[in-house]
Amino acid sequence: MSTTANIPPQFEIVDQPLDTQMTISMGPQHPSTHGVLRLELVLDGEMVVKATPDIGYLHTGMEKLFEYKKYQQGIVITDRMDYLNPLGNNLAYVMAAEKLLGLEIPERAQTIRVLTCELQRIASHLVWLGTHALDLGAMTVFFYCFREREKILNLIEAASGGRMTPSYFRIGGLMMDLPSGFERRVQQFLNEFPASVDEFHKLLTGNRIFQKRTQNIGRISAEDAIDWGLSGPCLRGSGVNLDIRRANPYSGYENYDFEVPTEADGDVWARYLVRMREMKESHKIVVQALSRLKPGPVKADAPKVVLPDREAMKTHMDALIHHFLIVAEGFDVPAGEVYHPIEASKGELGVYIRSDGGPKPSRVHFRGPSFVNLSALPHMAEGEMVADIVAVIGSLDIVLGEIDR
Amino acid sequence: MESGPDNTKLTPEQAGTGSEGKGTPSLLVAALQREHPEWVREVITAHRETTIVVPREQIEAVCSFLKTAPDTWFDFLADICGADRGPEEEPRFEVNYHLFSTTKFHRLRLKVVLNEEDLHVPTVTTVWRTANWHERETYDLFGVIFDGHPDLRRILLPEDWQGHALRKDFPLRGYEPYSLK
Repeated sequence: MSTTANIPPQFEIVDQPLDTQMTISMGPQHPSTHGVLRLELVLDGEMVVKATPDIGYLHTGMEKLFEYKKYQQGIVITDRMDYLNPLGNNLAYVMAAEKLLGLEIPERAQTIRVLTCELQRIASHLVWLGTHALDLGAMTVFFYCFREREKILNLIEAASGGRMTPSYFRIGGLMMDLPSGFERRVQQFLNEFPASVDEFHKLLTGNRIFQKRTQNIGRISAEDAIDWGLSGPCLRGSGVNLDIRRANPYSGYENYDFEVPTEADGDVWARYLVRMREMKESHKIVVQALSRLKPGPVKADAPKVVLPDREAMKTHMDALIHHFLIVAEGFDVPAGEVYHPIEASKGELGVYIRSDGGPKPSRVHFRGPSFVNLSALPHMAEGEMVADIVAVIGSLDIVLGEIDR
Repeated sequence: MESGPDNTKLTPEQAGTGSEGKGTPSLLVAALQREHPEWVREVITAHRETTIVVPREQIEAVCSFLKTAPDTWFDFLADICGADRGPEEEPRFEVNYHLFSTTKFHRLRLKVVLNEEDLHVPTVTTVWRTANWHERETYDLFGVIFDGHPDLRRILLPEDWQGHALRKDFPLRGYEPYSLK
């Protein structure tokens, strides 16, 4: 965050009568920066000569906070990073901790994780679609998207009790099993959703204004996209067929039948098409996960890590003792370090945990996909018109809560 | 640079395509150790992940070799993060580089350890441009200086912030409001 007291040399105002360039500040209150992003734009007429993202307005020191919390207390912090994909953040964090502990997760818990995470991915893409279209002037889509997203949030609320901050996953499994009637409600959503996607396509894909605003805007080639570390739909929009669910499968994703959509063009339009197709693929995965839900435990068999059932606590002394120790003192995690990547809705979400032993981590680091994708913004934005910056930011699908952490 | 000997050629299955399973190319690490012993100070394999501790001066050479050698092809830098082992530890700081291959799908961690008195590391922005913001973040939060970085400024905290927030001796909370000087 730069301040008036300390202006970096490239932004110092120099009076040059023949210079036609102008430096303007876009954000942090600009609505289409999706939060509190500020861009320092150097313009020549309406052409962007240089774009410099300025982040940190939402920095809350979450990675520092992790070091002072027990492992299980860290789960609620992860909800607040990428607040459009909280279950994905939960999953990355608990899986990294499970990797350190060497826990085996029961099949039902894994299936429910896949099911809810894919629902969350659809919800996250719906917010992206609504706001992206809104930025480009198509307001109606926004309401249609949020109507559909509401149904998913209701489902997540039914499972976890929270809409935006579910904290549904626990180290070793789930908070609790799905409520009765959940399968029927998911099935109802699944029946309705394909028609909604067709509706979005009718509103936007054939819309000539939307096409003109997105095609050939913010191009990035496949080599540049890899070099800049783009991941998720942004990378697949440049024609790179890479999905962590396929490359390094986790939670049993290798057993699901789905496609990895790619588009070759690398512009805003290509990233739009990739996400639209991804929603359908997520729908396919949810259908498969729902059909695979078999009764069984949702918590790993690790009494020193996983909280016991309430019923067991009333009848078994050792369950009561374990409960007391886990809540009051936490559980010791063996020393070591792990990096666990998952495919979040925005790309590769990697969690690095370093443990020195003991109930609190020594270091937790989040590799946020939004953070890395935003760092490539200057590459995509320079040479574009200033009005297209909004389209490029929208196509990156950034969440500032994760960028600033 | 020339590639490794033929016996290190791996099919994707051998290299490991899943985090469940092999995941990291231990054969490649052995080949690297044989060919460039000066690059590999230590190899740690734990939790199905491989870590190579690299001497600080060699990090750029190791990275550009691993990026372009056909057997390794680590063309994707997933992450750079610092870590503080604690004020009483020596060496105190470490910088972790998480590498990934977009074609072979294997992962590798490189680690550079640093003493508190001399927190300089050569930049790898010349190898991957994505390293830019990761290195700025590590500089901001730990005070590690990346020599040769094109734009080493603070990124998350204000430019006039005192100290480096993720060091272990930096307090979690303060009782005075932050003010611009």
